[in-house]
Amino acid sequence: MLNNLMQPHEYPGKLFVVEGIDGSGKTTQLGLLAKWLVAEGHRVFVTEWNSSALVKAATKTGKKKNALTPMTFSLLHATDFADRLLYKIIPPLKAGMIVLADRYAYTAFARDVTRGVDRQWVRELYSFAVRPDLALYFRVPIDVSLDRLTARRVKLKFYEAGMDMGWSANPTESFRLFQGSVLEEYDRLVDEFGLQVVDASASITAQQRVVRERVAPLLTPQAERIHEQPVG
Amino acid sequence: MNSPSDELIEGANGGIQPGRYYGRGVPYLPIDGYPGKLIAIEGTDGVGRSTQILLLREWLEVKGYGVIETGWTRSPLMQPTIELAKASNTLNKLTFVLLYATDFADRLEKEIIPALKAGFVVLSDRYIFTALARAGVRGTDRQWLRNLYGFAIAPHLVFYLKTDVETLIGRVLASRGMDFWESGMDLKLGDDIYDSFRAYQNKLLREYNSMAEEFHFRNIDARKPVEVIQDELRRQVAAFLEA
Repeated sequence: MLNNLMQPHEYPGKLFVVEGIDGSGKTTQLGLLAKWLVAEGHRVFVTEWNSSALVKAATKTGKKKNALTPMTFSLLHATDFADRLLYKIIPPLKAGMIVLADRYAYTAFARDVTRGVDRQWVRELYSFAVRPDLALYFRVPIDVSLDRLTARRVKLKFYEAGMDMGWSANPTESFRLFQGSVLEEYDRLVDEFGLQVVDASASITAQQRVVRERVAPLLTPQAERIHEQPVG
Repeated sequence: MNSPSDELIEGANGGIQPGRYYGRGVPYLPIDGYPGKLIAIEGTDGVGRSTQILLLREWLEVKGYGVIETGWTRSPLMQPTIELAKASNTLNKLTFVLLYATDFADRLEKEIIPALKAGFVVLSDRYIFTALARAGVRGTDRQWLRNLYGFAIAPHLVFYLKTDVETLIGRVLASRGMDFWESGMDLKLGDDIYDSFRAYQNKLLREYNSMAEEFHFRNIDARKPVEVIQDELRRQVAAFLEA
């Protein structure tokens, strides 16, 4: 039985993950964290959920025709994740780099279960995933996230708003219902997987201070310097 | 991850119930009591599955049964992606397994379950056992694979067209020849395609045999003449449908 997600990995690198719903500000925080780490001389690699070329085509077709079911949505994202894990995440970890992941398996646990996929099944599905050294969960009230998205004049995405569930024809109302339910799933994950909660309604600077405080103790200087041998 | 073992697909006689999900199914699609029947025809490449299905369908329809066929990797959602990935040889074994599972989920929800609900006999040309065998020989964790396919429906009948590698080689060479994937060239088992084909198909056959008891295969000797096999299939299908 695979159990990777529950036990520490043995790679020399570090894997830091940010989680949270759209409008939680996690991507902003990840960007600032990356800036700081690079400025401190670390080698950093950033990867996003749903960014692998292999499955992008299929997801696009599926989304366009509204053809994805909760199960195929879940499995496609797992395929994408597997591809990214093996090509983009594990190699830099082996090379002793810091990998920053914008969303991780926990996104699937929260969203897929909200769509009606079996809670235990999706956990077993992702049991091949590498356990992060730190997973930060940016917890935000639904209204704050909606305000942020509206202020940026972001058009709510079909699947992000859970429009496929048919709970409401109004995107904002659908987002509120769907992501509200996603938030409840995230709350389960906090204890189960040891996610560290960051209050995402605080100011950007205050949040970033918390982020860096949590990351700092995990940075092992020798992990980076071990590879800094003279060339030639 | 630890989970209650009664929810997993268990080994031999582990409580598999035909027409029900193997393990953790699709919670939003309850299927209990659907009138249709699911019949899977399994077997390696070149064993004569399509011929048998064609004949079986004809016979069933003459008898008045509504029949729907489904195959492996035929879903409109995933087929282009799988073909692309095969062609470009970029798939690693894990993404390969997951792409096939996605494809299967699509067909399960959009073809198989609606057909069972409407009372059709669903003839499946290959079923999840193909995926389990291929991934198994490539070293994917067997329990993980069984959990993954926990959303599959246990067929009412699984016919396994059983053969040996010598017969298989003869048939494949006489028809379309050996191809890269059927020969397991990705596994680098042999330098030339013939050696690889033989080694790979031997492994596959062993993998299928190891599943026979677990998944209640009905073994059919695929080396017999087409008509003899068909008679056997019809006899067993009739016994089941008319019971």
